[in-house]
Amino acid sequence: MSTIDGGATLGETRSSAVVGVEEPKRPPRSRRRMREIGLAYLLLLPSLVIFGVFIFYPFLRNFYLGFYRTPPFPGLPMRYVGFDQYRDVLTSTDFLDSVKTTVLFMIMTVPAGIALGLGLAVLAHQRLKGIGVYRTIFSSTVATSVAVASVIFGTLFNPVVGLLPWLGVNPRPPILDNPQWALPAVALVTIWQTLGLTFILMSSGLQAIPDEIHEAARVDGAGAGTRFWKITIPLLSPTIFFAVVIGGIFAFQTFGQIDLLTQGGPLKKTNVLTYFVYRTLRTENNDGKAAVLAVALFTITMTLTLVQMRFLERRVHYGR
Amino acid sequence: MGRVVLDHVTKKFDEVVAVDDLSLEIEDREFLVLLGPSGCGKSTALRVIAGLEDPTSGTVTIGDRVVNDVEPKDRDIAMVFQSYALYPHMSVRKNIEFPLRTRHVEPADRQIAVNEAAVALGLVGLLNRKPAQLSGGQRQRVALARAIVRRPAVFLMDEPLSNLDAQLRIQTRAELIELQRNLQTTVVYVTHDQVEAMTMGHRIAIMNDGVLQQVGPPQSVYERPANLFVARFIGNPPMNTMEGRVVDREGVRAVEFEGGCLPLDPAHAAAAEASGAKSLVVGVRPEHLAFSDDGALHAVITVVESLGHERHLICRLTDGQMIIVRQGSDVPRPAEGTAVRLAADPMHLHVFDAVTERRIDPR
Ligand SMILES: Nc1ncnc2c1ncn2[C@@H]1O[C@H](COP(=O)(O)OP(=O)(O)O)[C@@H](O)[C@H]1O
Ligand SMILES: [Mg+2]
Repeated sequence: MSTIDGGATLGETRSSAVVGVEEPKRPPRSRRRMREIGLAYLLLLPSLVIFGVFIFYPFLRNFYLGFYRTPPFPGLPMRYVGFDQYRDVLTSTDFLDSVKTTVLFMIMTVPAGIALGLGLAVLAHQRLKGIGVYRTIFSSTVATSVAVASVIFGTLFNPVVGLLPWLGVNPRPPILDNPQWALPAVALVTIWQTLGLTFILMSSGLQAIPDEIHEAARVDGAGAGTRFWKITIPLLSPTIFFAVVIGGIFAFQTFGQIDLLTQGGPLKKTNVLTYFVYRTLRTENNDGKAAVLAVALFTITMTLTLVQMRFLERRVHYGR
Repeated sequence: MGRVVLDHVTKKFDEVVAVDDLSLEIEDREFLVLLGPSGCGKSTALRVIAGLEDPTSGTVTIGDRVVNDVEPKDRDIAMVFQSYALYPHMSVRKNIEFPLRTRHVEPADRQIAVNEAAVALGLVGLLNRKPAQLSGGQRQRVALARAIVRRPAVFLMDEPLSNLDAQLRIQTRAELIELQRNLQTTVVYVTHDQVEAMTMGHRIAIMNDGVLQQVGPPQSVYERPANLFVARFIGNPPMNTMEGRVVDREGVRAVEFEGGCLPLDPAHAAAAEASGAKSLVVGVRPEHLAFSDDGALHAVITVVESLGHERHLICRLTDGQMIIVRQGSDVPRPAEGTAVRLAADPMHLHVFDAVTERRIDPR
């Protein structure tokens, strides 16, 4: 009885404190809100400045640059053409081919990369002795850069000192000069290089699924296959979706391995969008066209990001 | 068909012996409660029965098959987990249906079985919801429905009520008893809550440190605890225990300890002496202590705890040891600080060997 009394008194004291102390002293709501909003903007100001100088201004400037055609010879003035250049570039075969190549590249790298990463993650998720060694190996490519991966594979593919000739396989023309095989070869390098990250991502996704759910499924009669398809995959779908979108964005930003292995060739078969922008700017010195391409690249990446953000928002509601 | 036999089952995790040489027979249609403090190996024992853990040694028999090499899904069991382990991406209907789907039951039969289970557990209106949209009590029911839908021979339940609030727990407790009676299946029920064990179990198996301490009907475990651990673990407030020796007090055999002495029944005293125990522990439950003008125990009431229907008087003996007396609330409330004399009916004393901690029964 005494305990119950004590509890009630405590509760009352607390609520009366809230009513008694805070209400009379509270300043008019609107003024306090205004002050808070002012403070919020003040605190945001440094990052706004940084974003403005390094992101917003260059972006608008780039968009604007797309309205000007770069003259064929340096020294002549830029010519204002409005949206004409946007229309010309975005309907050109070079651009469409480049988008096609990039999409193809994405299709080659993303599903295979995720399937591989997921497969390894499922293997490494077993409770076995010494599994830590495999986890370390599987995630090790996180520590390599695109440049390192490219050099390694460039050497392996090398028609003279590479692994393939050593194995007695020596395709003509060499893989990286073969219009049919160059893109898959670069995709392979990319899958290998991102495998560590995908593996870690999938592993953490797997670890977030409580063991008891798998055990319940085992008792409920689900074999390994059923558990994988009916439990693991659905519960991992947010992670997989995340990996797909991130993989897509990565694919559209691929540059290093192209530059180091194929320079967009042979026959522009590996001329992905980012590399196309770079070539247009550096080799053709066509600032206006490069600006248009950059805007296109931005739009695609932005769309992917928006899709991803929408989804992440939804995932919060989905949570248990 | 629902008989479960554990025969010298041991389960080690590296150095930790979670279950130590456990032998236990659970009858068909029995409600057996595995009771013990946290970490004593109850869950592990249950998981060994389920097949989620392989025993390090010993055999598990379900029905008349040794199931050591049988997959969980083929053991004819269902399990309710403490966390409920519902499939979060499936609706309530899909959750309940899952064990039938994996066994390729015809859709029409599935429908019937799911509806029956839903009716039995009051889930009819919730079939299309996701687990995230349910309250704790509703999730618990879904977990139960998923377990009963297939009519397995044995239900394994690991602390299924521990995530419910007190009120709901009492209600669900009664419903589980009813459910078991209606379904006529074997239940192995794990809990650390002695009230659940006492109220639900046909028999209780008490474990400590991986070792089975005693198996028996709740009342007999309460009345005749086999050792000190069980004596102290079962009962709320717990049994008072005092360590001492048998002495002769004016022709009466009694156990004498630091804070006083308690007269023993002659047969009990004889058994204690015959046992050869150097030192004894005498135990008396709080309800078996009473005020008495010629009581052998001198004590001072330090705290009076009133629970409405009864009181717990926390007293101290002359040596400062605490002793608890249970008292009905129909007698006047004694004042704190009062000096009192307590007596215990010798028939209600428990005597244990202080070294082996085993019970010594009167002969
Ligand atoms: N998978 C495991 N790995 C290592 N030790 C474990 C594992 N499962 C349980 N244990 C240990 O076994 C003992 C008994 O655990 P458990 O059966 O869960 O106890 P209870 O359910 O009675 O609380 C504990 O000491 C626990 O730490
Ligand atoms: Mg447990």
